[in-house]
Amino acid sequence: MKVNYTDVLVIGGGLAGLRLAVAAKRRGHDALVLSLVPPKRSHSKAAQGGMQASLGNVIKGQGDNEDVHFEDTVRGSDWGADQEVVRMFVNTAPKAVRELAAWGVPWSRIRKGDRTVIINGQKVTITERDEAHGLLAQRDFGGTKKWRTCYVSDGTGHAMLQAVGDQAIGNGIPVHERAEALALIHDGSRCYGAVVRDLITGELSAYVAKATAIATGGAGRLYRVTTNAVICEGIGHALALETGVAALGNMEAVQFHPTAIVPAGILVTEGCRGDGGLLKDADGHRFMPDYEPEKKELASRDVVSRRMEEHIAKGKGVKSRFGDHLWLDITLLGEHHIKHNLREVYDICHYFLGIDPVRDMIPVRPAQHYTMGGVRTKPTGESPTLKGLFAAGEAACWDMHGFNRLGGNSVAETVVAGMIVGEFISDFCDREDLAIPLGLVRDAVEREQAKLDALLSGKGSESASVLKAEMQSLMTEKVGIFRTGENLQQAVDTLQQLLVRSRSIGVPYKASGANPELVTAYRTQKMIKLALTIAYGALARTESRGAHFRHDYPRRNDAEWLKRTLATWKSETDTLPTLAYEPLDVKKMELPPGWRGYGAKDYIDHPDTAARLAEVEAIKTKYADDRFARQAALLPFEHLLPERLRGRNERIDEPFAAAPAQKVA
Amino acid sequence: MDTKTHQAVIDTSRLARPAGAAANGDNAHRRIRISVLRFNPQKPGDVPRMQAYELEEADGMTLFIALNEIRDKQDPSLQFDFVCRAGICGSCAMLIDGRPGLACRTLTKNLGAEITLAPLPYFELIGDLSVNTGKWMRAMSERLQTWVHAKQREIDLTRIEERMDPDLAEKIYELDRCIECGCCVAACGTARMREDFVGAIGLNKIARFRLDPRDARTDADYYELVGDDDGVFGCMSLLACHDVCPKNLPLATQIAFVRRAMVRQGFE
Repeated sequence: MKVNYTDVLVIGGGLAGLRLAVAAKRRGHDALVLSLVPPKRSHSKAAQGGMQASLGNVIKGQGDNEDVHFEDTVRGSDWGADQEVVRMFVNTAPKAVRELAAWGVPWSRIRKGDRTVIINGQKVTITERDEAHGLLAQRDFGGTKKWRTCYVSDGTGHAMLQAVGDQAIGNGIPVHERAEALALIHDGSRCYGAVVRDLITGELSAYVAKATAIATGGAGRLYRVTTNAVICEGIGHALALETGVAALGNMEAVQFHPTAIVPAGILVTEGCRGDGGLLKDADGHRFMPDYEPEKKELASRDVVSRRMEEHIAKGKGVKSRFGDHLWLDITLLGEHHIKHNLREVYDICHYFLGIDPVRDMIPVRPAQHYTMGGVRTKPTGESPTLKGLFAAGEAACWDMHGFNRLGGNSVAETVVAGMIVGEFISDFCDREDLAIPLGLVRDAVEREQAKLDALLSGKGSESASVLKAEMQSLMTEKVGIFRTGENLQQAVDTLQQLLVRSRSIGVPYKASGANPELVTAYRTQKMIKLALTIAYGALARTESRGAHFRHDYPRRNDAEWLKRTLATWKSETDTLPTLAYEPLDVKKMELPPGWRGYGAKDYIDHPDTAARLAEVEAIKTKYADDRFARQAALLPFEHLLPERLRGRNERIDEPFAAAPAQKVA
Repeated sequence: MDTKTHQAVIDTSRLARPAGAAANGDNAHRRIRISVLRFNPQKPGDVPRMQAYELEEADGMTLFIALNEIRDKQDPSLQFDFVCRAGICGSCAMLIDGRPGLACRTLTKNLGAEITLAPLPYFELIGDLSVNTGKWMRAMSERLQTWVHAKQREIDLTRIEERMDPDLAEKIYELDRCIECGCCVAACGTARMREDFVGAIGLNKIARFRLDPRDARTDADYYELVGDDDGVFGCMSLLACHDVCPKNLPLATQIAFVRRAMVRQGFE
């Protein structure tokens, strides 16, 4: 048995995993990254539009700060987020974006003076301040009060991944590419690493580490129609689930992005709408103001996606052989803007649709886009139930997105979580020793080998690709944007049947080395379990919150459902996850539940909301002049951050005194 | 694998495009025939061979869709790499009718009814259409130190970021758009002759960091990295890199800039 040892084993080579590894390495710990693909090909790369950080450099971002970012994020989450974690996040995001600026990300910069922009369909001239010249620019995005999204044209994730990937190389962090974790090694209370399969040779080996971090991104491929890359199959989520000990939080919270091209499902960025693009129907009518007079095309993604589907259901969609769709019109932005600030969109339209977005409208329809749910962790990134297991980024639920993530908050989360969890995982490694239970390690490897052998030489006759396709269709059709108890029950029933059948998968192509069919087989077994955590969690949640919308329970119900779903998989013979709930404490909230500022206006209040609102108002009045004191009185969070990431953020309008305040990275 | 053998197979199997094939209407679905250069070096006794698959074309079919359909319905052993399937991650570069390109964004309707696919030459073959570009790219990055060598290691993250001219930021991004797909190296005449040539990709990265005021390195430092025949002086200006780059990077111009700077440096 081959065993690799390291301090920090990072599963997943996207932005979160790489940034976390860099943090650990800089703290003097060895880090090793496992990646299904060369890390710079990870799905982080597909983030186009930008990264939210409240720098407030552009004139339309003036007055922005952590408080505004915090409120936008909590409203976006429909009050599902952990407000302490949101505070940690919004305070670190400016530091993260500035670190990346120093690491070479060619962020788009502000040019002083007049420029013409499109706001609400109209050309408007705005004037950028002299003192902002050359600082990072921000664009508008959905669900935000200020222009806050920092960007690199529309290749933001690409540029970030390039810089962070190169930092990992510069720091000498080994990345084992084409390596797939099949199972975590654990004894029910402590995680010791993972059993890993080499995707080229098929060889199994053990990776033993003081700390193991899951940073495997989302699970979009559980759905038939998704913007996610083909590797986003939720395998990291499943690794945690299959321990039976670690829990997955809020798996029913699945985001659908309004603008995926039809039929390929490839994303065109929210930046299209942020920069002034409009949604139009079969009659060429701009319909979003009819539904959402406040934020129009720039309400949060869950709201816009629902409004689009609602409009299509009214017969206003454009008929095509691929089904109905709507139009995204960016022609009003002009050729120069499209070819400079939306060039990936231009390329995607050119290559996949054969159209020119300078002249033509883009056919779009909502598609699965983001997995809000993930491996449940504490604010430190560590699992509360399995010591030594950490998670960061989309694969984690620490939980800053609640039931809907804002555009621009995901790439921001990857690097912020990488920085924060990277520090806490280093603290963990400083303090913990590892007594390596070699018997346990050997058992784990043998168990995984036996499973593979069974797939290759057992009597199974089920086809993995058939089961997977059935699961994907079921998820798209029954566990999509609009949900009902009846559909969800059907989905749960059918998924359970698929799960039972997946235990009899056979792989006709017998190669034990590179074998795409074998990969599909073992992943499908995991994916169906994961799909069940989504469908079953959605069935149980008899309310509508954020992206989880129930036709039969259309109101948000804080009285009964202001709580996080926790799913565990207790036994290999189970066909359903075990659900438990963790309440969110209204009495500690800085922003008590209310109306989001867009979307549905009626909801059922939590009994504690009124009292907390009064308390919050009193504190706000008391500290009316000092936002920092006010914030500290409402929700102290700074003690939760690693020491080196604490401290205020300087802005043009909030300059520091001449001497540097504190803290270096 | 032996690159020469590989190349010979491509040359003899390359097929002319039937006239008028691309003019097919959207609704009339053609039968298309995709010939793939198969070889699995992991499999003892396996030899390189062409294998053909026939399938019905569908609306909007890309090579990503076609190859997955083949693997699903005809041949589960077929190896290829796709990740983003949107033309941005660089995983799926292969020879499409003999020319390096991104398979995921290639629509079959723009090709003839007979399509030939082969793995990118030059890179280590994993199997069939899958090559180990990742390993090569990492080695290239380590060799050319393709990260910003900051003037000071410690930055105060609480302070306002350093300013940069907006045009310069855009120029750097223009070069930063490289997706490391390997097409430029696969198309390169010098790389055929010099195993250690850094390729257009490597030279473009040097050009990118030379532009970047955040990088403390000077031309003297870059000369150490690319001032020889495995670097910028190995380039014969055949410019196939420039022709095949899926991101239309200005490789010819950038290599010329770097060459001029390195010649100047050589005289110092």
